[in-house]
Amino acid sequence: MKIKIKINGTIKTINVKADEYLVDTLRNNGCVSVRRGCDTTSCGICTVLLDGAPVASCSYLSCRADSHEVTTVEGIQEEAALIADFFGHEGADQCGYCNPSMALTLYAMKRELKNPDDDEIRAYLVGNLCRCSGYVAQHRAIRAYLEVE
Amino acid sequence: MKIDSYRRVGSIEEAYELLTEKSGAAIIGGGAWLKLMPKTIDTAIDLSDLGLDKVTGLENEYEIGCMVKLRQLEKFTPFQMIFDGILIQSAGSIMGVTVRNIATAGGTVAGKYGFSDLLPVLLAMDAEVELYKRGRLKLEQFMDETGVLKDILTRIYIRKTEGRGWFYTMKNTAIDFPILNAAITSSQKGCRIVIGARPYKAALAKKAMQFIDRIEKPGEVEIIEAANIAAGELKFGSNQRGSSDYRRELCITFVKRGLRKVLL
Ligand SMILES: Cc1cc2nc3c(=O)[nH]c(=O)nc-3n(C[C@H](O)[C@H](O)[C@H](O)COP(=O)(O)OP(=O)(O)OC[C@H]3O[C@@H](n4cnc5c(N)ncnc54)[C@H](O)[C@@H]3O)c2cc1C
Ligand code: FES
Ligand code: FES
Repeated sequence: MKIKIKINGTIKTINVKADEYLVDTLRNNGCVSVRRGCDTTSCGICTVLLDGAPVASCSYLSCRADSHEVTTVEGIQEEAALIADFFGHEGADQCGYCNPSMALTLYAMKRELKNPDDDEIRAYLVGNLCRCSGYVAQHRAIRAYLEVE
Repeated sequence: MKIDSYRRVGSIEEAYELLTEKSGAAIIGGGAWLKLMPKTIDTAIDLSDLGLDKVTGLENEYEIGCMVKLRQLEKFTPFQMIFDGILIQSAGSIMGVTVRNIATAGGTVAGKYGFSDLLPVLLAMDAEVELYKRGRLKLEQFMDETGVLKDILTRIYIRKTEGRGWFYTMKNTAIDFPILNAAITSSQKGCRIVIGARPYKAALAKKAMQFIDRIEKPGEVEIIEAANIAAGELKFGSNQRGSSDYRRELCITFVKRGLRKVLL
């Protein structure tokens, strides 16, 4: 099946299989920042933005993305670098595996929530697992990032 | 899950024809749960273009299209005004935002999953469902029916009822399935006590409801009695998350807490 999809600002027409998931379509089209972890919507590693909202691309059928807009970290590089600075400053990452999905989730969170408190931040991040950092330093980095105008 | 062909339909009639044409056809809600199922779908039927992705306020009720995402339910602020916002609480308790932006209200209700956090709340709110061919029926009746659904669940209806509500789900972690959950409401029509994730599908504790409704001014003694009746009348099972005995004890605690909140 042919789908038309806007990936990081560029409209592409792509042939996909009926049971192909967005994680594979994106990786096959150059967005290798998108990763597969659990493949069961539990770890958050495969997060991308669909029309601005975070979704688990491992479980989002590519056919369904027809006529929609997808953003990966490749499409928000400046903001991702800013987030990485805050994470680096707080010692909030190690292996970096979760960084692209975390950056996209934070990018979306900043646009969706107005002045979130700590509980709202934690609730928004449920399902974004990081197996290195322990989350406390990440939380400090996120607070600092959210304060940037 | 394997899919042979994918069809984005232009009308509900077309969807129904495809669904009934082949035994291996299926409606795709968000597809999040279907993905985990080891089955092959001949024709995956996508209802995305049918305008069923909205929550609409009508005169006396809300109409929820089957393609509405759990995240939409959670963010629909008028639901705060019904039964103390339990629908928002329950939708928001399911997995993370990345899943709630995929999973649909229709897929959740059609699936009748035992682990569902949404179904107990919808039952406690006495919701109704609309099936394309059969029309409207009580969710309670729909839940009691067994067998393969060869119809399309198009909408869910919630009355704008004044009353109190309480919802609680107990999980080992935020992204785990519930060990047990409960939704309790009280309105002019009486109390509704629903226990889910037993691990069987959500069910009303009807004897406990009748008991508490007969008492004019229930107090702590009657609430404890109702909680024991609920735990006695419902069936509980064991799995890796908890034993049936443990669940029964939890049920007593949940019903006590919920009834205190909605009645005292
Ligand atoms: C990893 C994971 C963990 C989860 N944990 C929880 C949890 O802790 N608590 C909880 O409450 N829920 C949980 N859920 C379930 C989730 O909330 C949804 O209920 C579930 O994903 C089904 O919704 P869906 O839109 O994905 O449906 P789908 O997977 O698309 O469909 C489910 C079933 O319903 C049928 N169907 C879909 N739409 C219709 C329709 N309109 N008419 C007729 N039939 C239809 C499909 O053919 C299929 O048989 C979890 C889901 C996943 C994937
Ligand atoms: S790979 Fe998609 S959530 Fe883990
Ligand atoms: S830094 Fe290693 S998984 Fe997050």
